[in-house]
Amino acid sequence: MGVGIKVEHLNAFYGKTQALFDVNIVVQANHATALIGPSGCGKSTFIRCLNRMHETIPEARVDGTVRIGDLSVYNGTSATQLRRRVGMVFQKPNPFPTMSIYDNVAAGLKLNGFTKRKQLDEVVEKSLHASALWDEVKDSLHKKSGASLSGGQQQRLCIARALAVQPEVLLMDEPCSALDPISTGKIEELIFQLKEQYTIVIVTHNMQQAARVAEFTGFFLLGKMIEFDKTEKIFTKPSDKRTEDYITGRFG
Amino acid sequence: MRTRFQQQMEDLRDRLLRMGGLAEQAVERACQAYTERDLTRCQLVLENESLINAAEREIDEMAFDVLATQQPAAVDLRFILAVTKINADLERVGDQAVNIAERVMDMIELPSVELPVDIARMAAAASAMVRRALESFVEGKADLAQAVLEMDHVVDRMRDEAFIVLARKMNEEPQVTQQALDALLVARNIERVADHATNIAEDVIFWVLGADVRHHAHAASANPRPDRSQP
Repeated sequence: MGVGIKVEHLNAFYGKTQALFDVNIVVQANHATALIGPSGCGKSTFIRCLNRMHETIPEARVDGTVRIGDLSVYNGTSATQLRRRVGMVFQKPNPFPTMSIYDNVAAGLKLNGFTKRKQLDEVVEKSLHASALWDEVKDSLHKKSGASLSGGQQQRLCIARALAVQPEVLLMDEPCSALDPISTGKIEELIFQLKEQYTIVIVTHNMQQAARVAEFTGFFLLGKMIEFDKTEKIFTKPSDKRTEDYITGRFG
Repeated sequence: MRTRFQQQMEDLRDRLLRMGGLAEQAVERACQAYTERDLTRCQLVLENESLINAAEREIDEMAFDVLATQQPAAVDLRFILAVTKINADLERVGDQAVNIAERVMDMIELPSVELPVDIARMAAAASAMVRRALESFVEGKADLAQAVLEMDHVVDRMRDEAFIVLARKMNEEPQVTQQALDALLVARNIERVADHATNIAEDVIFWVLGADVRHHAHAASANPRPDRSQP
């Protein structure tokens, strides 16, 4: 099951440049939350602070508190421990190119020491079902490499890979931006189903996508969280003029 | 800035205003036709109905296109929803004008009689409501629209009074029953025009404030947003 996320007074920096300013947000468990905002507004930086990927960049640092369920992300939790509970899907599908479809999905488990074939088979099938890819690849699990799939299939493979380690939170950083509308539709449908079991945070440039898949939406601008509310409120009657100007295309 | 989108919204607004002008003119003509027993004005109202109907279809198509192609949100989405509803109300205002004109054409055939009802005053009040509702739309001002809502009960009362005095007249002078009945129906049509003006004002409030004030809900209960003069 998914867990909630609580972020308090989060500031993020790249060297001397501050990218996030005092962000506070409570993400509900088992819901999809979308983050929108113009390029450079800090939404990707924010999502990368949730699984400590921000600190992998030289001179990048974070202060503030992030709690994911009972884990305090920046206080006594190792990055490995954290990332087992927080999966991530990126903008461009990035399957391991030399591995088969099966091995792509099983990779995380194998890294965590799972070796029993039967157990791996079960998790791979379950994850591929959950990512709505099973029917398309079940006959070529070992024959085809992850890279031989179409872009949309590759992205669902990456989602299966993220789900295989049974995370509680799934972070998605513009997961459909490299996909065609049909593949995008499949991923969106998938997000809708996955949120029953996972907490999903999705960064998207496509505002209609946020409106379609997320129950909650946050609007970022210049590193600040300007407004966070139910999606339907954001898209029909936002409280902040800047949110309204952005979603109605008056800037951005 | 989405220039093409903004242009489409401007076009929609202009087209609706032109239609509003036609509907407003139809009501005024029909009511003048009543007071002056003027057949020519009645015919003009009937002829112009097709213009109003064509405008209704055209505005619906324009709104439909914008919804399908631009995915408007927030204030823009509320604007388009308001436009489609105002469009329907204006078309109904045109229908009421036609009803009045047809009633007047019947009355002209009958001998003129003095009736204890001030249809001209009632018509002036209802026309003013339509005009102000459209002004509130042009200006994007919820307070102007709110003033229209407050006028509605005045016209309702005029209609109630007209019913009472005309029913009494029919009882006392059965020979003028037909004329009194015509006047009563005209009073009802005018009151309906006022109801449509009220709907338009409610839609303007919805657009500007995002507040649903229909059925006596109050705008103050909604989170107020600044008035805007442009869609």
